Amino acid sequence: MNLLDIATEAVEKAVRRGATGAECTLAEGDEFEASVRMSEVETLKEAGSRSAGIRILIGQRVGSSYTSDLSPDGIAQMLDAAFQIAEITTEDPFAGLPDPGDLGKLDGDLQLYSTDIDELSTSQKIELARRTEAAALNYDPRITNSKGASFDTYTGRRVFANSLGFAGEYRSSYCSLSVMPVAKEGALMERDYWHSSSRRLSGLDQPEEVGRIAAERVIRRLGAQKVPTQKVPVIFEPRTARSLLGHVFEAVHGSAIYRGASFLAGKLGEKIAAASVNVIDDGTLPGLMGTSPFDDEGVPSRRTVVIENGVLKSYMLNSYTARKLGLRTTGNASRGVTGNAGISTGNFYLEKGTQSQDELIRGVKNGFFVTELIGQGVNTVTGDYSRGAAGVWIRDGELAFPVSEVTIASTLQEMLAGIAGIGSDLCFRNSMESPTLMIGEMTVGGR
Amino acid sequence: MNFSESFFAARFGIETRDLQHYLSEALSQGGDYADLYFEYLATSSISIDEGIVKSATQGVSLGVGIRVISGERTGYAYSDDLDPDKIRKAARVAACIASGPAKVESTGLHEGVRRNLYPVLTAPTETGLHERVELVKRADRAARAYDSRIFQVNAMYADSLRHVLVATSEGVLNYDRQPLARMNVSVLARQRDGRPQSGYDGGGGRVELTYFDTHTPEQFAREAARQAIVQLDAVEAPAGEMTVVLGPGWPGVMLHEAVGHGLEADFNRKKTSAFSDRIGELVASPLCTVVDDGTIDSRRGSLNVDDEGNPTQRNVLIENGVLRGYLQDQLSSRIMGASPTGSGRRESYEHIPMPRMTNTFMLAGESDPEDIIRSVPKGLYCVNFGGGQVDITSGNFVFSASESYLIEDGKITRPVRNATLIGNGPEALRHVSMVGHDLKLDQGVGMCGKEGQSVPVGVGIPTVRIDKMTVGGTA
Repeated sequence: MNLLDIATEAVEKAVRRGATGAECTLAEGDEFEASVRMSEVETLKEAGSRSAGIRILIGQRVGSSYTSDLSPDGIAQMLDAAFQIAEITTEDPFAGLPDPGDLGKLDGDLQLYSTDIDELSTSQKIELARRTEAAALNYDPRITNSKGASFDTYTGRRVFANSLGFAGEYRSSYCSLSVMPVAKEGALMERDYWHSSSRRLSGLDQPEEVGRIAAERVIRRLGAQKVPTQKVPVIFEPRTARSLLGHVFEAVHGSAIYRGASFLAGKLGEKIAAASVNVIDDGTLPGLMGTSPFDDEGVPSRRTVVIENGVLKSYMLNSYTARKLGLRTTGNASRGVTGNAGISTGNFYLEKGTQSQDELIRGVKNGFFVTELIGQGVNTVTGDYSRGAAGVWIRDGELAFPVSEVTIASTLQEMLAGIAGIGSDLCFRNSMESPTLMIGEMTVGGR
Repeated sequence: MNFSESFFAARFGIETRDLQHYLSEALSQGGDYADLYFEYLATSSISIDEGIVKSATQGVSLGVGIRVISGERTGYAYSDDLDPDKIRKAARVAACIASGPAKVESTGLHEGVRRNLYPVLTAPTETGLHERVELVKRADRAARAYDSRIFQVNAMYADSLRHVLVATSEGVLNYDRQPLARMNVSVLARQRDGRPQSGYDGGGGRVELTYFDTHTPEQFAREAARQAIVQLDAVEAPAGEMTVVLGPGWPGVMLHEAVGHGLEADFNRKKTSAFSDRIGELVASPLCTVVDDGTIDSRRGSLNVDDEGNPTQRNVLIENGVLRGYLQDQLSSRIMGASPTGSGRRESYEHIPMPRMTNTFMLAGESDPEDIIRSVPKGLYCVNFGGGQVDITSGNFVFSASESYLIEDGKITRPVRNATLIGNGPEALRHVSMVGHDLKLDQGVGMCGKEGQSVPVGVGIPTVRIDKMTVGGTA
């Protein structure tokens, strides 16, 4: 039986058994990983798996369960488990499925699946990883070691059906090439990494390019110093700026909004960022990582303007949080295979500005260019922001010397309002992206 | 109990000769070592939000992972179907890493010595759902009753019961039943129209449901509420280098980041850790002895056997400031010629094992905790933390304080807002100048992530004074 039939049949069985609503998700996927370290094959991994999940409604009560056993017995046990669960949950006046009028799928080829990924032999895949690492190792004699390079692929299928008559499925593919070289100078070591990922093999950057960028990055870190504590302008390169978009997403997440657990709760229509700031979520852009024909509740993906000219225009919602807030779902429902839907992004990005990264750096007399952030010191309830950082110090408009073992701190409110420059270098590598971003002032904690 | 009565034998009819067949298939192309990891995992979770039990889920997953090691190479495949044909197919895929005729003769399988660190008769996952749902309802009520300024409560209860079976080409045959339960409470407090503040607490372990009779939902709820209320008066955190005092218990996450990860053998075998080749060196103040102990009864990070079939043990990482040892898995110990330390762990049958921590903590010292606070003219006292992270290669690590206070003239004064602390692994513990006699382990909610794999862990520390550490505030 094909997956779509298994899903629709599970929904029908749930309804026959007394569920007033049901939704079933099935996922199957095949993963492959080839990793190479110091030119030798380190790991080969290859396998496939499937899983199923169901969520039922009995009036205003819900029950969810999952299984890795897609046989008729396995599905029957999964249904039993969901009905058991529905006995212990509480009536929730807002529980339900999406409005029938919101259901649907995007038409046309979204370019989420490419067969070219399966055309490579194992030895060709190993060779891609080997070339990537070799490019990094050969870049500079101070690169003496490596945490390895890998070429990974994933192909999958996702199926969703509900008791309102929605049934849909789509396939997707993914491949990625990554490398983490280690450089040494004296007794001190540094590592950095770079990667390229795409839904199709032909969309990957050349292995030599990936390796070279990783090598340039790790060499730039050698000899890092700790700077004195001070308040300065901070420039985030795209790799670190995208994490700020992540915090914005958490703060406009429907669940955080209705619970009052976000510094942006209740701020729709208010100015929350510099006037140059436009943030968009778009799940319809062909071929990108955050694109899908429908979300995990069967609502079509769409384009949502989240922040326009610094004004908060929309939250990110699924059908539940939309009902709670008296709004309409934005088609951002997300879940593994089971449970109440959560919320995730489509392609969530900050619109590009006009200045190049070099121009932004040239405009700073004394400041910090951040290339890596570590830790979780961000609280989107209060907006407090404090993270570990590494990067390069800017002196008189030039990248002067590497910096590490420092913190940067502010609040997200002040950071959004203080965005003083947006680069023109927006590039869609992940489902959340930002161009280079300059913040007028943050506290750097160091010596 | 012997193997024929064990879970996989009884439920799926797996016999030792089947295991030997699969191992032979895995080694059919050569290779030095192969192992099988069977896993059956049942989980449940229940959560309450706005006083409504909005979400609850239960389910099962099942599968087998097969690994072949040839020199430093690893071949890995898994199947979510225990049909013998599917397992043999996975074994052949894993075998592709090796080349040439079979070299290793799989010996007979021998059951390891069995012990039970978590003698749980009925795992929480095996109890009635009605008993478990009460826990989150009680937490919700207690948090709301604590203070009228508490305006949101989210309580979550989750448990799992994992059955594992490991068989290796070296003849190891081991199996285990691993119960786990936890609950946690998150609350938000607000002073009139002021900005909200959050609080969090929780606990659990490899325990029966009766654990929550003495570690009650009310205690977790009140503690979470207390933290949120304290934060309402928090001032900006300071910035720059200063004296930091860590309170006992969860602040042990600092050890997990500062030294634990850097001592995992994979990084040291590859010489990519800031601790590589430094065994025998002084890397901490002589007051510091740090251990990783997977054998403590009922703890979240404890295991009877690791996920490669080796018994867990107490491993001394740092003894009186001197670096003593690494945490080994099968692959690294083979290559480094070291003994396994029972530290090979994996998230599930879909994952390749790696050296990981279990329960990591610093042994108690002799100082009175109050004297430690009194000794600090100006500094920060950190009581609760969120997570942390480390860059193994440079050794730089961070951890985020969620409840901390200024120390002024030897007294704890005002609470400060969340701040990240940053340090360098091989340097930070050199600045430890006092260690309290009040060692405490955390309450059992920790998760550790490494290379995409999450495993439950524990941490612990006594009150500790660190003379110099960088605090990432704004004031």
